[in-house]
Amino acid sequence: MTAVKQLVKGLAEQHGRNEESLLPILQGIVSQEQHISEDAMVEVARELNISAAQVYGTATFYSFLHTKPLGKFVIRVCKTITCMMHGKNQIIKELETVLKINLGETTHDGKFTLLETNCLGQCHKGPAMLINDKPYTQLTPEKVREIIMMYRHEEVRAN
Amino acid sequence: MKKKHLQRLDLIFKNEHDTEAILEKTFKRSNDDVINDLISSGLKGRGGAGFPTGLKWKLASEEETEVKYVICNADEGEPGTFKDREILSSVPHKVLAGMAVCARIIGAKKGFIYLRGEYLFLKPQLLEAIDKFHSLLDEMKVDFRVEIFLGSGAYICGEESALFESMEGKRGEPRNKPPFPTAQGYKDKPTVINNVETLAHTYSIFKYGPEKFRDLGIQDSRGSKVFSVSGDTPVPGIYELEFGMSLQKFVDDFADGDAKAVQVGGASGFCVPRKRFDKTVIGYQGKLRGTSLPTGGSMMIFNSSRSMYNVLHNYLDFFVEESCGQCTPCRVGTQQLLLGVEAVKKGEQPSSYLDKLMDLAEAMRITAKCGLGQSVANSFSSIVENFKEEMIY
Ligand SMILES: Cc1cc2nc3c(=O)[nH]c(=O)nc-3n(C[C@H](O)[C@H](O)[C@H](O)COP(=O)(O)O)c2cc1C
Ligand code: SF4
Ligand code: FES
Repeated sequence: MTAVKQLVKGLAEQHGRNEESLLPILQGIVSQEQHISEDAMVEVARELNISAAQVYGTATFYSFLHTKPLGKFVIRVCKTITCMMHGKNQIIKELETVLKINLGETTHDGKFTLLETNCLGQCHKGPAMLINDKPYTQLTPEKVREIIMMYRHEEVRAN
Repeated sequence: MKKKHLQRLDLIFKNEHDTEAILEKTFKRSNDDVINDLISSGLKGRGGAGFPTGLKWKLASEEETEVKYVICNADEGEPGTFKDREILSSVPHKVLAGMAVCARIIGAKKGFIYLRGEYLFLKPQLLEAIDKFHSLLDEMKVDFRVEIFLGSGAYICGEESALFESMEGKRGEPRNKPPFPTAQGYKDKPTVINNVETLAHTYSIFKYGPEKFRDLGIQDSRGSKVFSVSGDTPVPGIYELEFGMSLQKFVDDFADGDAKAVQVGGASGFCVPRKRFDKTVIGYQGKLRGTSLPTGGSMMIFNSSRSMYNVLHNYLDFFVEESCGQCTPCRVGTQQLLLGVEAVKKGEQPSSYLDKLMDLAEAMRITAKCGLGQSVANSFSSIVENFKEEMIY
């Protein structure tokens, strides 16, 4: 059995094989693989006995479900008004410099992807961003450099 | 510090743990009594639409169906709103208690908290609170269970029928109404869906009685309200204040002395310019004098250094991205409004074009299928009308 098959089967067993489990299963795939491949979609359709088109329709609707490969750490910087007023452009610039990529891109080593997103519900502490599911608030360029350094170190240690 | 006019309240965030006593007390009373308390408290939904909570529970209780659901709407996606996150992280037990009472009244055995994906980090602590709550229910022999359902980054899923679709594994596309959720909600079963804050308020109402709640606020806007204050303010944060306050008083307390506008209710709310601060009341539309503005609690303050064109542009960008694309007036309308204000700014269209755009926004109010498309005109017209020069030059 391929890794994707294994993963989807495990998720279907955990969440159940009904329509209500579709979103949790897709979320589970993203948290493991950072994106939902076509193979994974076909596999989910087979497990839940629904059409691949329905899986595709749902998977492409939600901004946190990606159908293209992303880095291991997905950085989402809030671009909504209060974060913008408090300097989110500077934060993006700093991230672009530190990661040597442009907004929307993934680093060559596949570690980081830099994206923008809408209001994160941290407006009183803007600028704010998420790295995977962890929020970081009251960002400054210095703070951003430290955070990225920390993630790089953790990576090294984990290996 | 300036003199403070507005009284800070401490009902919702008060550290009190009486879930057991509240459940025992309300379970002994008849459904009608409990519902009447809710109705007479004057509590209205805090998610934006302001539907009377007691009436909503009553409608669902009258449905003769075996399976029903209670859902807590924790999708909190309106720009500038962050109070539900704070309520769920500091007093989740109050929200759960409200859900349990609602479940008992309408006859539901299952509840869900629809938590936005951006708040995934809250899930572990929320699960802990739910575990504790389930143990209490077991001790009390109450047949009710709550699960967390996680969203995945879509503002529209805060709209109740889109939320049900999303839970059913579909794209988050709003349904036609009627039928309303109390008749056909999640999985087409009668469903009560309430905002996080609404449910937390029911806890205080059950504990202290409806009078204490009703004594706060004015006319159609009773009780306290949790406000999320952001933008040009020295004191950004979350504040519980009496409902029905004047915007002028709010600005005196929270702005930096240079406020030129306040956006009340987020991107889908209204922009109030300085000259109207003293004529504006924050509450539901009713018999209030001046203008009253309902709000999910988002209060964004802009001082004179801000370009209102940039503010509007940011909101439109948000709507273009978050429109579910299901109906044409909203899908195409949001894009045309964005292109339109850009064209006027660049001088490619005359300033009179703004009037046409306002007509388009108003047409969306009538023709769009759900609240998202219908409320784009709120911010659009109120910003364009009040800050026309900034849109042009
Ligand atoms: C586009 C849109 C987004 C919404 N987002 C939310 C939300 O994030 N949270 C919420 O409680 N209500 C939201 N609502 C309102 C819900 O549809 C619903 O009215 C509310 O959850 C009912 O609860 P209440 O009566 O306690 O306010 C939204 C409505 C629309 C049209
Ligand atoms: S108004 Fe907009 S968000 Fe609502 S159903 Fe139509 S396209 Fe979707
Ligand atoms: S505007 Fe950035 S978190 Fe809300």
